[in-house]
Amino acid sequence: MAENTLQDVVISVRGLVNRFDDNVIHQDLDLDVYRGEVIGVVGGSGTGKSVLLRTIIGLNHPVTGSIRLLGTDMINGSPEDLRAVRQRFGVLFQDGALFSSLTVAQNIQVPLKEFYDLPQDLLDEIVAAKLFMVGLSPDAGAKYPAELSGGMRKRAGLARALALDPEVVFFDEPTAGLDPIGAAAFDQLVRDLQRALGLTVFMVTHDLDSLHAICDRIAVLAEKKVLLTGPMDVMLKAQHPWLVEYFHGPRARAAAITATLDERM
Amino acid sequence: MADGKLQAGRDGRTLRFRLTGDWTLAHASALLARLGGLATAGLLRDHLRDGGEQHARLDTGNLNRLDTAGALLLARLHRQLEDQGFSVEWPEPRHEHRALVDYARGCGEAVTVWPRIDGGFAGFVRHLGWLTMFFAREARRFTSFIGEVTETAILTAFRPGQMRFTSMVHHMEETGLKALPIVGLLSFLIGMVMAYQGASQLQKFGAQLFVVDLIGISVLRELGVLLTSILIAGRSGSAFTAQIGTMKVNEEVAAMRTLGLDPVVVLVLPRMFALILTLPALTFFADIMGLAGGALMAWSTLGINPDLFFGRLHDAVGLRTFVVGIVKAPVFAALIALVGCYEGLRVKRDAESVGRLTTRSVVQSIFLVIVFDALFSIMFNFLGI
Repeated sequence: MAENTLQDVVISVRGLVNRFDDNVIHQDLDLDVYRGEVIGVVGGSGTGKSVLLRTIIGLNHPVTGSIRLLGTDMINGSPEDLRAVRQRFGVLFQDGALFSSLTVAQNIQVPLKEFYDLPQDLLDEIVAAKLFMVGLSPDAGAKYPAELSGGMRKRAGLARALALDPEVVFFDEPTAGLDPIGAAAFDQLVRDLQRALGLTVFMVTHDLDSLHAICDRIAVLAEKKVLLTGPMDVMLKAQHPWLVEYFHGPRARAAAITATLDERM
Repeated sequence: MADGKLQAGRDGRTLRFRLTGDWTLAHASALLARLGGLATAGLLRDHLRDGGEQHARLDTGNLNRLDTAGALLLARLHRQLEDQGFSVEWPEPRHEHRALVDYARGCGEAVTVWPRIDGGFAGFVRHLGWLTMFFAREARRFTSFIGEVTETAILTAFRPGQMRFTSMVHHMEETGLKALPIVGLLSFLIGMVMAYQGASQLQKFGAQLFVVDLIGISVLRELGVLLTSILIAGRSGSAFTAQIGTMKVNEEVAAMRTLGLDPVVVLVLPRMFALILTLPALTFFADIMGLAGGALMAWSTLGINPDLFFGRLHDAVGLRTFVVGIVKAPVFAALIALVGCYEGLRVKRDAESVGRLTTRSVVQSIFLVIVFDALFSIMFNFLGI
């Protein structure tokens, strides 16, 4: 397949420029994401983390730059190519973004019905499997999104994102709004699914615990570009003032302690 | 991409299934047909007849790609064989497929997608009962809301300092002043239409002058107030629901309560009093415009000049007709405001309910306005007005 010739780079961003009116968000931003890794994107408020995510998945048209996702040109690609690549990645929006007029099970079946013609009993079985994967009980399938708690909505949203067995999954602040237990459980779920299914995970997050627990690599957005990428220990050694404050502040120390404790246990 | 394939064959006394290619969503339909064919093909029966043992082997070593759908089909095959009393040997799946196979076998029963809908007579009766209970509950809640608002209004009358006058004036501008053009234009047009339609009928009897009675009574007594109320229900009643509903979604109403502010005092009363004050004024304006439209049409098609028109109006249609019309306006205003605010406060924390309840608010307030108009007619009839 095409992406294998790209030496396992599944997302490649080059010279990206994003600008809203006179406000420059990204200037010559470069980023590579490799197959099978979990990359966490961090940065202060307004550094364009979500904009970067939306640009990569084709929801936002940049001023200039090139973006290849699974070998497809996301900016100038033909509509057919874009339609094809959309079956190969999934997105979990912040609050799940489930269609509120459909039940959870119907939500999961939306992409399946859009792209494939399958009998209903197999669709129902696929729904059962997806709910099982994300740790929801089967009776959640007949519920409407409004009847679910925040954590369950996220899991249901993840089940929909996984409906087509994507290779890459994008998360926008997956643990925002969850309690620490729920957040840790969700982190664990993402890690388990990523390992089990060999997913590549692109995650915008503010959660230092998530960064410690599941991210293989961290990309820091600052000064309108990717300032630094690397695993946690690279971040901890960095000298840039923002990085020092972010990774050595009081919250970061607490997260680091928990992470070391977890490793020992 | 290679098609997913399933080959069945004998391997000594064991039934052997070789799975190759891609067992993915794209090939799921074809594979499903193949599995269905397998069950009916009598393959298993033939196998047993030929002296084979009840033993099967699933060979997945050469499987290329597998996804959830493929894994589920594999699990189905496995189940089919076991149901036929076969013992199934399944060598470890490839490492990258193992998790999916585990998920597929662990997930259990298929999930019902649709919330169950009852059919038939029993379902009809159940639905009817549910609707009855729903309307009864709604009526009770709405009545208790009216009670709450009335109580708060009376209490506020003793403490005028609590009344939000700034807010009230703001809503008077929004619901009254800004509605003048549309109310005026529509009343004028309706007056014209009435005059034109009436004229062509009355001319047949040579009773052209009675067009003044027709317009005067219908506009002053019914059309002016009804038209204005329906317009305001669509324009301001919906706005009340949407405004308060949005505040509910943002938890502003909850914040208000915790700060010791009563939403009825802060949100409902200013809107209700604003509407009670402006709707009669708007109705008065609509009456004038309706009569003006009628007079213009009467002049141009029947040659009844304005002097004659208003002279006749004065003689034929008394002040009483006007009063009977406008006295209904404050009642309709209260209805529209109460329904609008009530539905707004019923919004839950999802954005969808704002839209749903806004629609309901408009339909309900127009419905109630017309019902109350009918009640007024009956009452006036009894009183001999």
